[in-house]
Amino acid sequence: MNEFPILSLMTFLPLVGAALLLLLRGEGEAVQFRAKMLALLMSGLTFILSVVMLLNFDPAEADFQFVEKRIWFENIGISYHMGVDGISLFFVVLSAFLTPICILASWKSVSKRIREYLISFLMLETFMIGTFCALDAILFYLFFEGVLIPMFVIIGVWGGPRRVYSAFKFFLYTLLGSVLMLVALLAMIVQTGTADIPTLMGADFPPHMQLWLWLAFFSSFAVKMPMWPVHTWLPDAHVEAPTAGSVILAGVLLKMGGYGFLRFSLPMLPDATAYFAPMVFGLSVVAIIYTSLVALVQQDMKKMIAYSSVAHMGFVTLGIFTLNIQGVQGAVFQMISHGVISAALFLAIGVVYDRLHTRDINRYGNLSKNMPIYATVFVILMLGSVGLPGTSGFVGEFLALLGAYKVDTITATFAATGVVFGAAYMLLLTRKLVFGPKVNEDAAAMSDMTVVEKAYFLPLILLVLWLGVAPSYVLDRTAPAIESLLVQYHAKLATEVESNIANVPEHSQEHVQIKEQDQMPLQDHAQEHGMGE
Amino acid sequence: MEWVNKMTALNWVTISPLMPEIFTAVAGLLLLLVGALRGKSSVPFILSAVLVTFFVASCFLFFGYSDVRPLDTMGGMVVVDGFSKWMRLIIFDGLIVSTLLLVTWLKDSQMYKFEIPILYLLSGVGMLFMVSANNFLALYVSLELSSLSLYVLAAINRDRLDSTEAGLKYFILGALSSGLLLFGISLIYGFTGSLSFAEVGGILSQMEMPAGAMVGMAFVLAGLIFKISGVPFHMWTPDVYQGAPTPVTALFAIVPKVAAFGLIIRLLTGPFLSLHEQAAQILIFVSVASMVVGAYAGLAQENFKRLMAYSSISNMGYALLGLLSGQPEGVAAVILYLMVYMVMVAGVFAVLMGLKRQGHAIENISDFAGLGKSSPLMAYSLVALLFSMSGIPPLAGFFAKLFIFQAAVAGGFFTVAVIGVLASVVASYYYLRVIKVMLFDEPIGEFDHDCSYSRKVVMVGAVAFIIIFTFVPNYLLDQAQLAASSLFQ
Repeated sequence: MNEFPILSLMTFLPLVGAALLLLLRGEGEAVQFRAKMLALLMSGLTFILSVVMLLNFDPAEADFQFVEKRIWFENIGISYHMGVDGISLFFVVLSAFLTPICILASWKSVSKRIREYLISFLMLETFMIGTFCALDAILFYLFFEGVLIPMFVIIGVWGGPRRVYSAFKFFLYTLLGSVLMLVALLAMIVQTGTADIPTLMGADFPPHMQLWLWLAFFSSFAVKMPMWPVHTWLPDAHVEAPTAGSVILAGVLLKMGGYGFLRFSLPMLPDATAYFAPMVFGLSVVAIIYTSLVALVQQDMKKMIAYSSVAHMGFVTLGIFTLNIQGVQGAVFQMISHGVISAALFLAIGVVYDRLHTRDINRYGNLSKNMPIYATVFVILMLGSVGLPGTSGFVGEFLALLGAYKVDTITATFAATGVVFGAAYMLLLTRKLVFGPKVNEDAAAMSDMTVVEKAYFLPLILLVLWLGVAPSYVLDRTAPAIESLLVQYHAKLATEVESNIANVPEHSQEHVQIKEQDQMPLQDHAQEHGMGE
Repeated sequence: MEWVNKMTALNWVTISPLMPEIFTAVAGLLLLLVGALRGKSSVPFILSAVLVTFFVASCFLFFGYSDVRPLDTMGGMVVVDGFSKWMRLIIFDGLIVSTLLLVTWLKDSQMYKFEIPILYLLSGVGMLFMVSANNFLALYVSLELSSLSLYVLAAINRDRLDSTEAGLKYFILGALSSGLLLFGISLIYGFTGSLSFAEVGGILSQMEMPAGAMVGMAFVLAGLIFKISGVPFHMWTPDVYQGAPTPVTALFAIVPKVAAFGLIIRLLTGPFLSLHEQAAQILIFVSVASMVVGAYAGLAQENFKRLMAYSSISNMGYALLGLLSGQPEGVAAVILYLMVYMVMVAGVFAVLMGLKRQGHAIENISDFAGLGKSSPLMAYSLVALLFSMSGIPPLAGFFAKLFIFQAAVAGGFFTVAVIGVLASVVASYYYLRVIKVMLFDEPIGEFDHDCSYSRKVVMVGAVAFIIIFTFVPNYLLDQAQLAASSLFQ
């Protein structure tokens, strides 16, 4: 155990940066530059901290690490409890990694109200990292919902022509889903008397109650994912958001839904998860095929990538609800990989958008002539998005499909067609954008990437390739946590079935047993183990 | 005869807990004299004297009598306990804040009248007694004292049509609700033979099926629901909010609701405790209807003050949710909710009163356009307050709602809680719309420079409160729980 509160530091360092930016007075170039440098410094420090955390993370450990626990709301069972395990680890790193890139990407392209812009992004970073570190249900909800505030402002102030409509749609859609989750969380807290996530994971809820709770969680996470048919906010939000907003949206915010399924639905509500898994399968397959087809006919580059995100998230939900190790591993890996690739793709669109101020595919063409480096970058990203072996996109999709194949052959077969469609629209986009005939003079006159652009694309490209050829770095670290999650899940499911047969009336009474005695020694042992290292 | 005996038992021990009220009332009468003798020139003095009075009286309250156990005084008319202490503190804070909002307005507007602060003070005395009433007569008298002052305040801008209209509407409907209240009280008296809360409670708990008293309770609750502007007795709210001068609207929004709510809590946990099931039926309807009507009707509003009226209707619906279960946790949640709501509303009105274009106060939402650019401090304060009001974490408004919903869920009122959260999503739309106009829309003309320090203090204080609460919530939570538990002894 590390005494150093690294998670809190990472969570609140950006907020400190935001507060410092508030104090910064004045207008003009110099102040703007200083504000940008400050924001970059704070998010950079956070990223360094996240790397330190990654290096100190014990890969063999299934339990939560870097745990911090403080009293927050006395008498109510809400505490300030933070910690990461293999599932959340890489999402934290991803959030910390993408924020400085976003700030770099907006260095030139955003000029109006830059201070507020940077404050929004730093706030966003705090909420994102907090969401993945929180080990208290209410703390989780706080960060999870808090994201809406800066994102609403980012889309609404710095977005495109239909920004207001999109900002409202984004806000109200996600809020509507989340408030139902809040009621479910409260019901769980009232039943067990605690909001502690590890304790709640050990609690048993009566099966019929689980169904309602599961649906409430589903309403929140499915919107956030987003799953078909509640995905319609995403294309709008992506199209209107500024480039950096899209990057965070696709890179991190979409992963909160999948993370929520893994953190809440699976371990806490196993019966309902088993009950609803076929439904999620169906929705995932529809999402993969339908949104791929929709992406195929888009004329707007951002919209196309947005629909492709929905399709890729379909693989994630598919993988999660296979409930076997390959599927869930694949889902987590797919989320991380998509976080890097889609973020990079949106940045790539941002590069040409900054030059030509249009996202219409037909306005571009033959960029490989005048922008060779850009073309190379774009092709690598395209191949990653398609899931070519050797890039990170392949590993996640393959594992998720493998997991699905073990559960349901037909579903897996249908889902696999999505890979083909994915290749179709991405290749189409690449052909029109990078190759193809020269369409416009102004498109042909665009200059290649600047030094700053190269600087932030380099790590992204390296990550895509590195994760593709050496996925074990990630998979080894996620495996213990996912294994223990699934072992617990199946054990719970088995005991539920047994006790259901043995003692039916017991479950008609709404009572909850907390398996604290089973849980605690394990945890203690784990923490001691962690401290020794 | 017993009553006379009790009166003679008035002495320092039983009087001292009422020092804040007595001090405030005496100060009010003295200041009225000063005002009558000195006229307009005494306004600055009276204003500051009223502020000092509130402050000193709240110090009496805070540092004075601190036993949380109930103590009957004034011949059983009034009870002093942890609940009344905390509610009175909230009321005092609300009064201080609304008087601060009055300071610059009195100077700027044509309404240079010494009566205004004194009416604030007198209505304050009424409200202070409301939350410690222990007898239906005390209830009625204190309610009327505060209401009459408020009727006058609503119509104080007598040369303007909408102000007089607001005053008249408020008065007529208020008189109607007083009639309902009195009718209910007479029914209760007829069926139990007593007006004292404790005695009524004792008699009702022994009666098998007190049908007449139940009808009485329904009428009493109807009268009080009028005061907190719950649906279906909410019709007056938008018009009065819009018509009354803005600082008076702020007063309406901040304090009287807290006092009336205190009264409802005391009735439900005292005389009507044994009728809780029946009362809960009424409350469920009022709560759901208020949340839904407040949310949907607010969508169509263009005037910010009207919007705040609908927002207050829906907020009172949420507060009522906490009372459904009849548990101390629920009451504590309500107390906390009222406190946080009061702070947020005070902050919102502090911003609203600072908004002016060429000397004219702004009330239409579309006129807020461009505030984010011209005065970021005000704009972002309002953004934080509105996000907090719509219950978005991590601000205090979220926690206030959280505990209310927790109480409702703990009581098994799942359906009501779900309706409540869904209505809050609808309501968040109109808060967002204001934010959108301020931050996203292009500016239309310049705003006047706001140089009022008292307003800024209220605004910044409110924002600081809703942020700091998230980090150190336990003192207020403990106090609210202590106050609530004193009702359940």
